[in-house]
Amino acid sequence: MKFRTPLARARGLGSAKAGTHHWWMQRLTAIALVPLSLWFVASLISVVSADHATVIAWLHSPLVAILCCALIVATFYHGQLGLQVVLEDYVHSEWLKLASIVLMNLLSLLLAATCLFAVLSIAFGS
Amino acid sequence: MEKTQRPLSPHLQIYRPQLTSVLSITHRATGIALLVGTLVLVYWLLAAASGAEAYGSAQQLLGSWLGRIVLLGFSFALFFHLCNGIRHLFWDAGLGFELKTAYASGNAVVIVSIAMTVLAWGLAYAMRGGT
Repeated sequence: MKFRTPLARARGLGSAKAGTHHWWMQRLTAIALVPLSLWFVASLISVVSADHATVIAWLHSPLVAILCCALIVATFYHGQLGLQVVLEDYVHSEWLKLASIVLMNLLSLLLAATCLFAVLSIAFGS
Repeated sequence: MEKTQRPLSPHLQIYRPQLTSVLSITHRATGIALLVGTLVLVYWLLAAASGAEAYGSAQQLLGSWLGRIVLLGFSFALFFHLCNGIRHLFWDAGLGFELKTAYASGNAVVIVSIAMTVLAWGLAYAMRGGT
């Protein structure tokens, strides 16, 4: 045991690289959402008065479907990270904090999956 | 250990809000509102995937007065969170911390997010032929 260095003891015990993961992913998704959300708003404006067939035809384009999926993933990831910090800040009861974070994470995963399913079923549909 | 009842900082009852603190809490509030508002996106996408009839009723609901008020709030929240988020990204890069710059960027965020909301709704109404 005496020949082990302090580094070897520390390895695997604490965060050396992943400590900023939450912060980093929040920024990464934020950067992705700048062009994606602007593109999505502009697209929504252009189909605001269109009928169902036009909207379906729009989502049939592979580029549109891919960008929509990217938007959905980035949106719910970003929202989940953000709301987790809000819950950590304002919910003071320890078990309630844990329960609300778990519930919120699962709920946003479910909503993201639902959106992806809707977009893909249109994109791959007839 | 006994808990002492010390006043918390910021002491909200006597705290005078400034532009910077108001924008900070608004960023958080709009973030929460946007996540709740994604339910509208879920509903709209599911309606589009379900067929012409479901999409028609979704369009009718979102086009009603109540629907438009919700969408107006959602669009402003989105533009505000987007603009202020970019301001935050500059801060993350270590830029714009001087008090004067922080106030100038704060004012810019308010003006640009309102302008973007007006522009988006102007374009949407123009696309619909004014209705």
